[in-house]
Amino acid sequence: MMLLTLFGMSVVIFILLRLAPGNIVDILFDSAGYVNPAHKKQIEKELGFDQPWVIQYLRWMGDLLQGNLGRSYRLEISAWKLISTRIPVTLELAVLAIIAAILIGVPAGVISAVRQDSKVDYLLRVVSLSGLSMPSFWLGLLIILGMIYTLNLSPIYISPPKDLAGHLLLFGIPALAVGFRSSALIMRLTRSSMLEVMRQDYIRTARAKGQSERVVNFHHALKNAMLPVITVIGIEFAFLIGGLVVTETVFNIPGVARFLVQAILWRDYPIVQNLVMFIAVIVTLMNLLVDLVYVWLDPRIQYG
Amino acid sequence: MFGWIPVFNTGDSPVPALFNGTNALVIENTLEKPDKPGLAGRAWYNARRKPLGAMGALILMVMVVCALFAELVATHDPVSADATATLMAPNTVHFLGTDYLGRDMFSRIVHGGRVSLLVGLTSTLLGGVLGLLIGLFSGFFMGWVDMIFQRLMDIMQGLPLLVMALVMSAALGPSVKNVILAISIPLVPRAARVIRSSALSLREQPFVEAARAMGMSEVRIALKHVLPNTLAPFIVLTTAQLGSAILVEAALSFLGLGIPEPYPSWGRMLAESAAEYMMQAPWLVIFPGLVISLLVFATNLLGDALRDLLDPRLRM
Repeated sequence: MMLLTLFGMSVVIFILLRLAPGNIVDILFDSAGYVNPAHKKQIEKELGFDQPWVIQYLRWMGDLLQGNLGRSYRLEISAWKLISTRIPVTLELAVLAIIAAILIGVPAGVISAVRQDSKVDYLLRVVSLSGLSMPSFWLGLLIILGMIYTLNLSPIYISPPKDLAGHLLLFGIPALAVGFRSSALIMRLTRSSMLEVMRQDYIRTARAKGQSERVVNFHHALKNAMLPVITVIGIEFAFLIGGLVVTETVFNIPGVARFLVQAILWRDYPIVQNLVMFIAVIVTLMNLLVDLVYVWLDPRIQYG
Repeated sequence: MFGWIPVFNTGDSPVPALFNGTNALVIENTLEKPDKPGLAGRAWYNARRKPLGAMGALILMVMVVCALFAELVATHDPVSADATATLMAPNTVHFLGTDYLGRDMFSRIVHGGRVSLLVGLTSTLLGGVLGLLIGLFSGFFMGWVDMIFQRLMDIMQGLPLLVMALVMSAALGPSVKNVILAISIPLVPRAARVIRSSALSLREQPFVEAARAMGMSEVRIALKHVLPNTLAPFIVLTTAQLGSAILVEAALSFLGLGIPEPYPSWGRMLAESAAEYMMQAPWLVIFPGLVISLLVFATNLLGDALRDLLDPRLRM
């Protein structure tokens, strides 16, 4: 099923990028600024644009399956070389963002649920709703502005960080900017999920047994309330990649997501095609992982 | 209406048939009471139950009115540059300051609201209606129709909303129409999912069976009986998606793939000023982002309230 979805995605991506008016080679040459007809014919042949779409698609798939990502026509080097240095950067950012989102979102949701309708609850709910309302790139800009004004520190990426503090500044701060939105969503879901669970009979039983409030809240309630939260963390991962696209641009981080934007602006379509496919694979794998974690957490669920 | 009016008891009411004028008026009123309150009355009732949602609706309305009458609200021409007044801090003439070309920020923001609201509303509606139709037929007919649509939705959901919109708008080229299309298509799957699950439960209801027993065609049942009942989740969902659409438009414009010149869009205003003038003129960064956030905040408040009022099952 997953392979079928991926196959469908590859077809969609392939067709999408061929919706562009004009030939990709034309676009490449327009942006390059000079036109040598012979050279153009040669590239057209190399890219296979003289072939019908089906053949082009099969060629692309064949290359992909052999791990050949093609080459950038803008920078004249192989695409893999360009992407491979950028993957760890984006990965570090994504992992930090998810960790930040969970570390902020889950406790905030628990506090909000345990103290339902208190002042803390209202405050946390307003903060989380505004977290969902802010464009993440704007939040990033505000953070940069605030840090430069107050701490005289710039979290904008200029050269690779050398120590842990550098990593925290150059990756941790952007991760907070992206993760804030996810944390808001996780908080809202944790809250409603906790409230739902706390109405269940077994919670009353636990209380009746004389368990301390803390054990009831954390051991009995939170554990069961986490199930829907895990699903959302999986779904949020896709959103997060979207958020990374803008945040990497704001913080000038040389990651995969920003490279995608650059490749789109350069109209370097062979790279765009592969990068989007790469993102699709990652998101699909993440969804699979969430399904597996789900089964592991809740033995009642079984997939046939 | 005034003076002595005989009121005849027309039905099962135990009220005596004959009364003098004053009493008759009182009785008429009590008899009318069980009627449903009007639209305005219901809106007022719900607004009092959900003050936050009402606040969201109010903010949204103010923004829509400002956008519609942008020429009247704006104090300056949003596109004319003024070399003598570049990068001015907010003051009494330029409420929100001026940008690097001396253009009035307040007027640009008021006009920019047109773009954000137009793109946000139309793409949400377009994506929502497409999703509604797909979800309706998918859920109501099940079988292979459902199978094909569901796989299609899986495929479309495999890419992040923004990445999908980014690739689509790059492929289609920059224009208002294409940006709307690029935002609306990625919104379809979620709408289709929600409407599908609603249609799935509706098709088992007795009234559908009754319509079938009366010999109604399946397509007619879907459109006449099932469709109206999916409207509540549809309204809730589209309000929730409006916020995402506005944020995606802002991000596209910020990345330089949104609505082209000369329309001032809030996202592009951020992109223009963020790079070079952020330190000299922080107001250029603060205000456009603030209005985007306020607009999305308002739609979220309204969406939450509508969800609670119309469809408690969607609560999360």
